[in-house]
Amino acid sequence: MFKNDKKVKYVIAIVCLVFSFLIALQLKSVQINVDNGTALGERTEWLEEQLTLERQKAESLSAQIEEYQEDLLLIENESVETEGYLKVLTKRLERAEMLGGLTQVHGPGVEVTIEDSTSKIDAGNAGAYLIHDIDLLRVINELRDAGAEAIDLNGERLLATSEIRCAGSTLSVNNARYSQPYVIRAIGDPTTLENALSMRNGVVDVLGLYGIKTSIVKKDELLIEAFDGEVQFKYAQMLTAEEETE
Amino acid sequence: MILLIISVVVGAALGFLLPLHISAEYTPYVAVGILAAIDSVFGGLVANYRKMFDIQVFLSGFLCNACMAVLFTAFGNLLDVDLYLAAVVVFGTRLFQNLATIRRYMINDWVTKRERKSE
Repeated sequence: MFKNDKKVKYVIAIVCLVFSFLIALQLKSVQINVDNGTALGERTEWLEEQLTLERQKAESLSAQIEEYQEDLLLIENESVETEGYLKVLTKRLERAEMLGGLTQVHGPGVEVTIEDSTSKIDAGNAGAYLIHDIDLLRVINELRDAGAEAIDLNGERLLATSEIRCAGSTLSVNNARYSQPYVIRAIGDPTTLENALSMRNGVVDVLGLYGIKTSIVKKDELLIEAFDGEVQFKYAQMLTAEEETE
Repeated sequence: MILLIISVVVGAALGFLLPLHISAEYTPYVAVGILAAIDSVFGGLVANYRKMFDIQVFLSGFLCNACMAVLFTAFGNLLDVDLYLAAVVVFGTRLFQNLATIRRYMINDWVTKRERKSE
């Protein structure tokens, strides 16, 4: 086939060897990588199923809680007539204050710091590399989903009525303005909170795509200040006992 | 010829059986390198038909084209331009041209052989 030179023959044989080795290796690798991809997909589906099962369990458990709460109410009603009246009221007040964010709270949790991207910016798409209200809302929503019990953003306690909204280059929270870096502190199970944020394709992953820097630090002890502003209720009114029974 | 077939079989067997594998990040680079190497092989075949085959030219082309294609792909990734497309287009076009040339030489060979037999 080729010039009958022995050296040439050997060189070509080596080239053939290397070449076929490379092709075989490549074919195998592509196959393995594709298989890995599908295996990942199957695992995701399985996990989703497990999640729905757990959610159903959680629902039935919360139904149980409701039952217990009714029982508790009965007991409380009984104690209203006795000397426990004041005690019950104080307990309920404390609970309401904690729920409303009107008291200092402390406990274990995480501290999440979020900073704008410093990577070079694509022309025309600069907005994607800055932190927006929606990014912080997603982080906070994820924290709440993971069972965060008290959250503050740059020292501003988040209440049920707190807004988080872009205001120019700053962020408006409880009508006060803050700029980046944003520090979100949440009290809850540190591991659960951290995992909720850093799971695959989770919030941190997605923000990372745009170069937005997120750091999560688990803390054994966090102190979250009480809400120090005022919320006025102009429209919402409490039902009186008579209206409630109607 | 037997030596060549043996080396191809041994190479393929090694590739399939060795417990190595290229991670998904790097398969595009290897693919471009393989494409460049295939181009060199067909180029070598054409040169052989034209009686211009030179082992030094072939070997340097085989190695350089493959390496350059891989380097270009990597450079393209750094620049965020799909430079590997350049390698795919250039080597792909050349590959088909060389295939056409080889086909013509083969048909010529076949026709002349048949004419000789019929004489």
